[in-house]
Amino acid sequence: MNNLGLIISFLVIGAGLLWFLLRALQGKEVERRIIFVFIGLAVSVPILFSITFAEKASPIVKAVYDKIENLPDGSRVLISYDYGPSMAPEVEPMSNAFLRHSLAKGHKVYLMGLWATGQSIAATAIDSVVRREFPEKVYGVDFVNLGYKAGNQGVLNVIITDIRKMYLTDVGGIDLDSLPIMDGIKSLRNMNLLMSVGGGFPGIKEWIQFAGDPGHIPVAGGSAAVSAPLLYPYYPTQLLGLLGGIKGAAEYEAELKRHYPQFADTPQPGIKMMGPQTLAHLVIMAFIIIGNISFFVARRRRG
Amino acid sequence: MNGSRWTMIVLIAVVTLFLVSWAIKSFPSSGDTISWPSIRHAFFVTLAAFVTLAIFSFLYKDNPYYKFAEHLFVGVSAAYWMCVGFWSTFVGNLIPRISPGLSKFFGVPYKEFTFYYFVPLILGILLLMRLSSKAGWLSRWALAFIVGTTAGLNLIRYLRSDFISQVSNTFVPLLVQWKGTGAFFSDFSLASGGQFTLMLTNWVIFIGTFCGLIYFFFSKEHKGVFGAASRVGIWVLMITFGASFGYTVMGRVSLLVGRLTFLFDDWLGLMN
Repeated sequence: MNNLGLIISFLVIGAGLLWFLLRALQGKEVERRIIFVFIGLAVSVPILFSITFAEKASPIVKAVYDKIENLPDGSRVLISYDYGPSMAPEVEPMSNAFLRHSLAKGHKVYLMGLWATGQSIAATAIDSVVRREFPEKVYGVDFVNLGYKAGNQGVLNVIITDIRKMYLTDVGGIDLDSLPIMDGIKSLRNMNLLMSVGGGFPGIKEWIQFAGDPGHIPVAGGSAAVSAPLLYPYYPTQLLGLLGGIKGAAEYEAELKRHYPQFADTPQPGIKMMGPQTLAHLVIMAFIIIGNISFFVARRRRG
Repeated sequence: MNGSRWTMIVLIAVVTLFLVSWAIKSFPSSGDTISWPSIRHAFFVTLAAFVTLAIFSFLYKDNPYYKFAEHLFVGVSAAYWMCVGFWSTFVGNLIPRISPGLSKFFGVPYKEFTFYYFVPLILGILLLMRLSSKAGWLSRWALAFIVGTTAGLNLIRYLRSDFISQVSNTFVPLLVQWKGTGAFFSDFSLASGGQFTLMLTNWVIFIGTFCGLIYFFFSKEHKGVFGAASRVGIWVLMITFGASFGYTVMGRVSLLVGRLTFLFDDWLGLMN
């Protein structure tokens, strides 16, 4: 099915690109809506045929994986959901993979969000990942959803010294002092690893500036592709690892699948999205080449 | 046929398709009896699919369906943020510090009376004065507090993380694990953690930063060696912009894949 899909995809894309090239050589313009339809086709066909490629973790992704893997069992990992539904297709695979890996390793997981939408997404992750794949994990003992607090980086500035100044209860209104998972937790300095998943403001950058650097706490994260290039300068000194875009998510999922066979059948949206992603990139590169050919042909004709 | 008649025909077609889709999705595929949760789920999946298609319709041209979806998104987002803000900040942080009665009413644990929590309460009320044409100027006090506090906080953190630490990160050794030329060539490897790769990475950081800074140095004419370094600087910038563009394309395609996967899988059920 994978090979058949790949052949059909290449036939559709190849025929379309050939038509575009012929138009370019004839000096004729192409209606932009035809290009939209073509991109839609180039992405749809690999989705329908579930085309996937093998992924291998790059050092920057492996660094995040190794950190979670090498923390002693029962370590405290905080995952901040700093994104909304508009970014979810790209970064949700990352947050789910972090959550899955941390719980499988037996770490205590603290979920929170600097975005209001992060609170609901964390709740969804608890339903779709924790309840289904880790039914033995107990809320308040193995994981907790602290929810969202307004204040952006100001929230971090407070909880770096005292979490309870900002969070009196969890997301459901339960007193934090009554939850066993909060025993011995005074501030972010009691966490072993801080992870932010997002791609806007506030996000990983603010976690580095207001928590990681002043508190000397390891920070890692997953970022939407648009913001990833701005975060690479922090690696590896201030940011121990980063999942950049869906490619990073796919690499992490592949690494997780390789070491944890029990996750072989769990959803791997990152890996699934890399098929259409790869073909769409090939098409866009071809468009850039055809666009340049069209430009030079037009210039030669003008004399 | 005039424009308004076409508009009406399209509207009727969209509503009919919506109802048909809702009805088909309401029947469970496993042959179970129809239930209220399945009807509700079918409604939301169909609504999400139609709103997605309405947004995509902008690629053809601007139209009322796109406008409807856009306004719906803005309205729902604003309402959501306001509700979450009220329950997480007002009820979650303020009430337990100022009133045992209100804490009981909202079902949150009362902590202790803290007088200075009235300061953000007053500032919050001042911020809402913006809604009044006569007392709107009072909101500037709260806004001034927010701007001043944020600027003060950011100044310190940016100075440390984005200036001092970043400068420090740029001072990298140009000779990594150096044991002489003979050892370098005899142990030569292109592995990502190898000596050659580490040294190459550090040289790229050094030359890239140095030449990039020279490009932005305008007190000396960009000629000769200085001009050559400046040209290297602009190449480094162009490669950076290219990488950013590539990442942006990847991000946008990911969002398209996410929406198309939803349409094909959750709505149309075409995927396994």
